[in-house]
Amino acid sequence: MSDHNYVPSSKLGKWFNDRLPLLSLSAHLREYPTPKNLNYWWTFGGILTFCLVVQIITGVVLAMHYVAHTDLAFASVEHIMRDVNYGWLLRYFHANGASMFFLAVYIHIFRSLYYGSYKSPREVIWIIGMIIYFLMMMTAFMGYVLPWGQMSFWAATVITNLFSAVPFIGESITNWLWGGFAVDNPTLTRFYALHYLLPFLIFGLVVLHIWALHVPGNNNPIGIELKKPSKDTVPFHPYIVIKDLFALLLFLIVFAFFVFYAPNILGHADNYIEANPMVTPNHIVPEWYLLPFYAILRSVPDKLFGVIAMFASIFVLVILPWLDTSKVKSAIFRPIYKQFYWILVLDVLVLGYVGAMPAEGTYLLIARVATAYYFVHFLIILPVLGKKEKTLPIPLSITEPVLGSSSNPGTIKKETL
Amino acid sequence: MSDQKKPKRRDFLYTASYTAGAVAIGAAVWPLIDQMNPDRSVKALASTEVDISSLERGKSITVLWRGKPVFIKRRTEEEIAEARAVKLNDLKDPEKDEDRAKNPEWLVMLGVCTHLGCVPLGNKGEYNGWFCPCHGSHYDTSGRIRKGPAPTNLEVPKYEFVNSNTIKIG
Repeated sequence: MSDHNYVPSSKLGKWFNDRLPLLSLSAHLREYPTPKNLNYWWTFGGILTFCLVVQIITGVVLAMHYVAHTDLAFASVEHIMRDVNYGWLLRYFHANGASMFFLAVYIHIFRSLYYGSYKSPREVIWIIGMIIYFLMMMTAFMGYVLPWGQMSFWAATVITNLFSAVPFIGESITNWLWGGFAVDNPTLTRFYALHYLLPFLIFGLVVLHIWALHVPGNNNPIGIELKKPSKDTVPFHPYIVIKDLFALLLFLIVFAFFVFYAPNILGHADNYIEANPMVTPNHIVPEWYLLPFYAILRSVPDKLFGVIAMFASIFVLVILPWLDTSKVKSAIFRPIYKQFYWILVLDVLVLGYVGAMPAEGTYLLIARVATAYYFVHFLIILPVLGKKEKTLPIPLSITEPVLGSSSNPGTIKKETL
Repeated sequence: MSDQKKPKRRDFLYTASYTAGAVAIGAAVWPLIDQMNPDRSVKALASTEVDISSLERGKSITVLWRGKPVFIKRRTEEEIAEARAVKLNDLKDPEKDEDRAKNPEWLVMLGVCTHLGCVPLGNKGEYNGWFCPCHGSHYDTSGRIRKGPAPTNLEVPKYEFVNSNTIKIG
């Protein structure tokens, strides 16, 4: 936050700003220098903020009608769908909003992987982002339990049982999580409380995420550090604001398609059957956004190691800034990394696919290969590639490749050397 | 003042304050953690009596005990023979059938897969016992794990025959 010299034009504004510098903050956000070559992959930060706000607003409203009790939860969700004014709309926005949120976050994360946005000096932004992602998964999981359908119940059972893999104290942990000897009413009520709480924690972390972003400024498609402000940057408002809004509009078309034309396509029919602790549905699968992790869990034939592998697959992402040893950020200048990047994208999609299939025969074999490759990518390929790869020459500035090297003299030489 | 590190009055005060603070925080946090544990009203539902008089050979019933399904299976002679013929060396979690079923005809166990807690399906799987649809664990006619990711056999709860028609679980 470097706008100490901002002075509001009105007397009242100045009086207030001297006491609480909100107007300075607002000025900083408007003037915040942004690389002028940001492409549409950079609009997902704004889209994600929008998704979070939609989830919080629709969620608070749904909470006014939902009843967190095993006898009433399922019926109260049907009550929302049938009786509450616009209840169907709010619930479909909230349920599909979760999917849209994850769709956007995956694009956001893979954009970061492609352009090396997690690298120095942006490691803290990345780690906060990973914590947000982890909290998102927890929130989504607990929200999925609330309608108390068959998938809700068995998802809760399977996921909480992951902790029973902990040696010696596993059973005590699961009993503590459940508040009983199985998933039951105490489990539902605490999940509801936490499902309400976590989005606000996420909101706080988003503020930190953006704050940490505003210290070094945005990365950009060519991945060089810029002098700010300079001829390579534009003010956030109106340039990025308008671009983000246009992207949001396109995103909303996809969002609206799901809400209005296919509101149940991403869910499971079994969740319209009320929870029954005596019968497990024949084929239980998590929501699509958790499938790759589910595939990793199932690909290991040992319970404890399966759980460890699943958590490790998230943890390798947290330490990614130190696993990728290449100083060059953008994949544009890393011809070999670029190929491995796309193999990783394919690998994660394959994991997602086999995660939805039964864990047997060929599917299991594919899942094992894909799981192994996932770890090989992060733990072997990235550290080695960073040292061996011959990267392409990096331009000195954003304008250089277009206008020639003399266009922006003296602005960025220091950073690139 | 000498250069030697000698504990001073102030150091003692710091250490004492930190310790007292840590104890106070621990005492304040414990109720917040323990409130999540099963309470007395949950623990009180510890036992269930089940009438088994109408159960035929080869059939099983599932009852709910502490929120978990319990399988009560009246086994056929073939199923008992099959379970007893298995060599202990072939088992992932070696346990004799004699130890699992006090009365060989009656097998009582939790219908909770020891992998991740799904309810296995009866008369299914490669060992004519139970099969868990979630992650593909196969159990034999004694409910012992034979194949798949589950680490241990289906758990046998504490139970007793109150009379020839009634089993008390818990």
